[in-house]
Amino acid sequence: MAEAITTMGLVKHYGTTLALDGLDLSVKTGEIHGFLGPNGSGKSTTIRVLLGLLRKDAGEVRLLDGDPWHDAVALHRRLAYVPGDVNLWPSLSGGEAIDLLASLRGGLDIRLRDELLERFQLDPSKRCSSYSKGNRQKVAIVAAFASDVELYLLDEPTSGLDPLMETVFQEVVRERTADGRTVLLSSHILAEAEALCDRVSIIRLGRIVETGSLDEMRHLTRTSVHVHTARPITGLGRMAGVHDLVTDAEGAEFEVDGDRLGPVMERLAGFGILSLTSTPPTLEDLFLRHYGDELATLGGNGNGKGKRDGQSKRGGGRP
Amino acid sequence: MTAWTGTARLVRLALRRDRILLSVWLVAIAGLIYGVISAEVALYVDEAQRYAGASFGAENVMSRIFDGPASGTSLGAMSWVESFLVLGVLVAIMSSQAVVRHTRLDEETGRAEMIESSVVGRHARLTAALIVAGVANAVVALATTLVMVGSGLDLSGSLAASMAMAGVGMTFASVAALTSQVSTTQRSANGLAVLAIGIAFFLRSVGDALGTVAPSKVEVIVAWPSWLSPLGWGHQVRPFHQNNWEVGLLYLALCAALVGLAFRLSTRRDLGAGLLRDKPGPVRAAPGLLSPLGLAFRLHRGTLLGWGVGMAVMAYAFGVVGDSVDDFEEVSPQFVEFLEGLYPGAELIDIFAAFLMAMLAIAAAGFTIQSILRMRAEEASGRAEPVLATAVGRRTWLGSHAIVAGIGTVAVLTGMGVAGMLGYLTGGGDLAGGWSQFQASVVFIPSVLALGAFVLVAFAFVPRWASLVAWGALVVALVMGQLGELLKFPQALLNVSPFTHAPKVPAEPFEALPLVVLTVVAVALGGVAFWGFRRRSLAIPA
Repeated sequence: MAEAITTMGLVKHYGTTLALDGLDLSVKTGEIHGFLGPNGSGKSTTIRVLLGLLRKDAGEVRLLDGDPWHDAVALHRRLAYVPGDVNLWPSLSGGEAIDLLASLRGGLDIRLRDELLERFQLDPSKRCSSYSKGNRQKVAIVAAFASDVELYLLDEPTSGLDPLMETVFQEVVRERTADGRTVLLSSHILAEAEALCDRVSIIRLGRIVETGSLDEMRHLTRTSVHVHTARPITGLGRMAGVHDLVTDAEGAEFEVDGDRLGPVMERLAGFGILSLTSTPPTLEDLFLRHYGDELATLGGNGNGKGKRDGQSKRGGGRP
Repeated sequence: MTAWTGTARLVRLALRRDRILLSVWLVAIAGLIYGVISAEVALYVDEAQRYAGASFGAENVMSRIFDGPASGTSLGAMSWVESFLVLGVLVAIMSSQAVVRHTRLDEETGRAEMIESSVVGRHARLTAALIVAGVANAVVALATTLVMVGSGLDLSGSLAASMAMAGVGMTFASVAALTSQVSTTQRSANGLAVLAIGIAFFLRSVGDALGTVAPSKVEVIVAWPSWLSPLGWGHQVRPFHQNNWEVGLLYLALCAALVGLAFRLSTRRDLGAGLLRDKPGPVRAAPGLLSPLGLAFRLHRGTLLGWGVGMAVMAYAFGVVGDSVDDFEEVSPQFVEFLEGLYPGAELIDIFAAFLMAMLAIAAAGFTIQSILRMRAEEASGRAEPVLATAVGRRTWLGSHAIVAGIGTVAVLTGMGVAGMLGYLTGGGDLAGGWSQFQASVVFIPSVLALGAFVLVAFAFVPRWASLVAWGALVVALVMGQLGELLKFPQALLNVSPFTHAPKVPAEPFEALPLVVLTVVAVALGGVAFWGFRRRSLAIPA
């Protein structure tokens, strides 16, 4: 089983709204796969189809070599799910909810459960009704990771967690996947995906628009270079792959395509490099390449190279 | 900015949100008043009959407990005694829930946080909630007056009755203002308010039961516990008899005290916090919880207990009076004639048992519907999703809830039967008659299950409409079952209700066939529901 999840041409409508528009997603066994897109882009819908909670309208779906609609129960024994918006029974305690969800999945490792409770600093004796959003999220995370499964489907699992708990979450994910378990991590927190994921897929309007490892993706985009040289730089503008060049007597600022970096560096060396900073593209840059136009229509600085405002952007989808 | 800035806006918002709900309450309450007065007019044709009815009510302890202290023989007073407890409890529930909805529920959902972060004074939300309750009660009082005067009762008595209605409503609105400060959830705030209503009911039933009959034989002088109860005060106004306006001062004083206390408490706590701490729950789940059935039982158990006890108490009370039905002969020949017309040739005592149990059985179907709709609540709130993402299949999940609802239904109706039997024996009846009470209840089990299975189908195929379909079906069953024969509906229409088909033991001879057919229908509908639910997407917010 090389691929834990494969979808081809997946289509899902809600009434007249098209939620998934021919989604092709491929998650290899053993990888942590980031599933990136803003709210309303179709991440949760995809995951719910993968869980057999929603019926697909068209396309192919394979999950752990099974059909998620027909083999739901058998497949669910082998996976754990953390919903994006965790709702729990107000009258149950957090501990009861964790035990219940993990047991219904087929197995609960008590030792692991207690260790996770400790690490996430969650008080299991409180009623679910009195938990904050972050704590409800922790209940679902602990219940998921206290089960011994092959695949974790995590739908924005860290929404509502504080930065400390986010770090704990990343540690736990790394530990649990060290022995070849697979994770599909949907998120709009790009730093989290960058820190954890082997490969990412970017979803937009119900389609995957980009997929690959971060390195592969970076290769396709530009690196920013800021250089100080002893002698004024000449001839750089004529070189292939150099963009947005600004030169002065002391050096230059420009962007260069990932695959043209070598020749450019060789040429710069001839001018006596005093200092050089190069910034590889962040995931945010990659992300905004696909959403830059949307940002522009929303009134942002839609040059596709936007800075920190990417994370606060919201797509105009359903709530 | 004062502590009350923004109150008017919040009142408008609340009335906008509640416009349909409060209208339904209003129509239901006004309709009930009209119905009771019409029924009293039909039951008692002249003063002599009213005298017999009032003196029977004054003597009979059960009448005192469930109706209240007799207050003379005027039509208005008798209608009031007959209906006030139901009306009072309804208006109390309407008012307390309205206040909780606009105070504690808003805090629980986080809406209050958004409101209070804007230009809104510290006391605005609580004040607005009380004003909304006040508006609702004023409209109810107005409707009460109009309906009563319209039914030919005198104006001053109608106004006195309206005052009692509004008094009870505002008292329990004030109680809810207090419980909303104390509890952290809407559920427990409403629960505490209902408990207060229950205590008020209990106190006055003790006081009324211990009262003495006045020399006129048609009036009960209550014992002191009734004077501790806002529900008891409603009787003490004695509209159309004495019109004791000064009782209104008791309501005013109690409301003022409760509201004052609620405002004091509200300034002493944080937004979202309560004064009652949630008790810590178990750190580990008990093994009994760790299965789909265990979870379903846990979720339904409160509902089951509430309905089970409530229906059993009613059945017990009806059982106690079951044996005294022969006394009705002289009290209300019309009522007796009506009963005998339902099942010609049967013994009156049997007809009475069958008639009352049929009503209770339809009421008990409320439990079945509520517990099946619980599945929809689980689905819509997103709580079903994580469960169905585990190794629990659709069929198992639906089955667990359906089993608990089904067994619960059998338990509620059986409990009703046993309680009816015990009540009948307590009331001095014989064992055979008691057994009839039991049979009269359990014979409806297949009917209720068939209705439940229908609701299950609605949930499986039209989840977003399930609630409307379910309660609509109950209303149809009620209309067809109880009023249909009175209103001379065609039989084809009556046959729509599963209650029509059950033999009305002991007034009618027992027949197994209809029960078998009803059971088969229930099982078949259940099968359709399983098939449908397996095939549909979860209807959850995306």
